[in-house]
Amino acid sequence: MFDIMSMFQHSFMVRALTGGILISLCAALLGVSLVLKRYSMIGDGLSHVGFGALAIGSAANFAPLEFSIPIVVVSAFFLLRISENSKIKGDAAIALISTGALAIGITVASLSGVNTDIDNYLFGSILSLSNSDIVICWIVFAIVMVLFVMFYNKIFAVTFDESFAKATGTKTGIYNMLIALLTALTIVIGMKLMGTLLISSLIIFPAITSMRICKRFKTVMISSAVVSVVCFFVGLVISYQYSTPAGASVVLVNLCVLIIFSAIGFVRDKINEKKYLKGDLNETAQSKKL
Amino acid sequence: MEELLKCENVSFSYENTGVIKNLSFTLNSGDYLCIVGENGSGKSTLTKGLLGLKQPAEGKIIKCNGLKSKEIGYLPQQTPAQKDFPASVFEVVLSGRLSSLGFRPFYSKEDKKIARDNIHRLGIDDLIKRSYRDLSGGQQQRVLLARALCSGKKLLLLDEPVTGLDPIVTEEMYRLILELNKQEHITIIMVSHDINSAVRYATHILHLNFDKSFFGKTSDYIKSPMGRYFFSENENNMITAGEENV
Repeated sequence: MFDIMSMFQHSFMVRALTGGILISLCAALLGVSLVLKRYSMIGDGLSHVGFGALAIGSAANFAPLEFSIPIVVVSAFFLLRISENSKIKGDAAIALISTGALAIGITVASLSGVNTDIDNYLFGSILSLSNSDIVICWIVFAIVMVLFVMFYNKIFAVTFDESFAKATGTKTGIYNMLIALLTALTIVIGMKLMGTLLISSLIIFPAITSMRICKRFKTVMISSAVVSVVCFFVGLVISYQYSTPAGASVVLVNLCVLIIFSAIGFVRDKINEKKYLKGDLNETAQSKKL
Repeated sequence: MEELLKCENVSFSYENTGVIKNLSFTLNSGDYLCIVGENGSGKSTLTKGLLGLKQPAEGKIIKCNGLKSKEIGYLPQQTPAQKDFPASVFEVVLSGRLSSLGFRPFYSKEDKKIARDNIHRLGIDDLIKRSYRDLSGGQQQRVLLARALCSGKKLLLLDEPVTGLDPIVTEEMYRLILELNKQEHITIIMVSHDINSAVRYATHILHLNFDKSFFGKTSDYIKSPMGRYFFSENENNMITAGEENV
C-alpha cells in the first residue's frame, strides 16, 4: 500500500499538492470554455511565450514571475485578436509565436549560462515551490473562482454563441479578454508546476475527458474540476512512489482517465442507440439527464 | 397597424466600400419581411445594423413603439463549434434571458419560467433535458428559436434559419415561423436565400441590390421588373439552387 501519510510529512510535498490542486482547478474551469471556443492552442502558445519571458527575466536578474506575467497577459490579448481575425490563420500564427518565443528563450538562457533554470521551466519543478509561490497560487485561484461564479451565465452564453450574446447587448469582447487574462495568469503560475511543455495539458485534458460523458455545460464544468484535481493527486502520488517526473505523471494519469471516459461514453451511446431503435424514447431521455 | 422599425436613407459601408446606399423602409408590427439578395449585397451588414451592432454611415434606423435593440429576438447562423456543444436544451434556451441579467450573476425564477414557456410554445418539451449536440438539425433550430423568443417578444430577426435542413424540416420550420407571425403576432424579419419560400410566406420583401433595392409588398414584388427577373430565373434554376442548399 502506498505510504501516502508519510509523503505529506515533507513540507515541500504539501506545497506541491496545494499549489497543484489550486492551479488544476483554475485550468480545468478555463479549459472548458477554451476548448469549446476552439482556442485550445492558445494555452500552448502562451506557455511558450511564458518560457521566453522567464528566460529573459532570469537572465536579466528580474523576479521571473513578476516579469513574465505582464508579458504573457499582453500576448494573450494579442493571440485572441489573431484568432478573431480571419485573415490570418489563427493556428499557424500561434505556432509561429510559440516556436519563436521558445527559440528566444533557449538562446537567451544558454547565452546567460543559467541552464538549470531551463530544465525547470521546460519540465517543471513542482517540488521547488516556495511559500510565496503558494500565496500567488491562492490569489490566482481566488480571482478565477470569484470571476467564474459571478460571470458563469455570461461565459456560457459567450462560449455557446458569441453573435447571439453580442446581439443581446453583452460586451463579448470583455468576456473574451477576461478568459484570456485568467488563462495567462493560470499558465504562468502553472508552468512552475508542470513545465512549459506540459502545462496546456491541464487546460485541455479535463475538459475533453468530461465532454466524453457529460451532456450539460454545468456537469462538464463540475466534472472537469473533479477530474483535474483527482488526476493531479494520483499523478503526484505516483511520481513520489516511483520517482517519475511529476508533471509527466499527471499528464499520463489524465490520458488514462480520458481513455476510460471515452470508452464509457462510447458504450453508453451504443446502448442508447439500441434503445432508441427499439422506440424506447422515454428511457433514452431519462438516461440523458447527465 | 403601428410602426415598429424605420430605416431612413440608410447607407452602410464595409471596408470602405458602400454596400447599402440610401435605403428606406418602414416595418409595421405584425409584418413578415424577407430580406433577399445576392452574396455581398449587404444582408448581414443590414442585420448588424438592425441589431444595433453597427452604426449606419448615413441615415437613421429608428426603433418605434418602445422597441430596444436588446429586445430583438435574434436567431444567428449556426457555427460549426455549436453542433457538438455539451449543453442541455434548457441551458441553451435560458441563455436567451441574458440581456435581462444585467449585473445579477444568476437567472431568476421568472427567467426560468419564461424559458420553460417558450420551450412549451415550440413543442419541444420532451427535449428539455436532452443534450443540444444529440439533436437533429431541425430540433437544434427549434431550440435556438425558443432562445430567440426568450429575448424578444415583439420582433424576431432570423438569419437564414433553414440553412442545412432537409426539405421536410425546412417546410416545418417555415410553418412554425408563419404560425408565430399569424397567431402570436410576432413581427418577423428573415434573411433568406430561398426566394421562392420568401415570396410564398412573407408579406413584404426587401431585395437588396446596392442603390436599386426593392422594398414593398410581396404581391408588388412579383410584378416588379426586379422580382420578375429574379423570381422567374430562380424558378428555372430551382433544381440547382436546391442542391446547393442541401
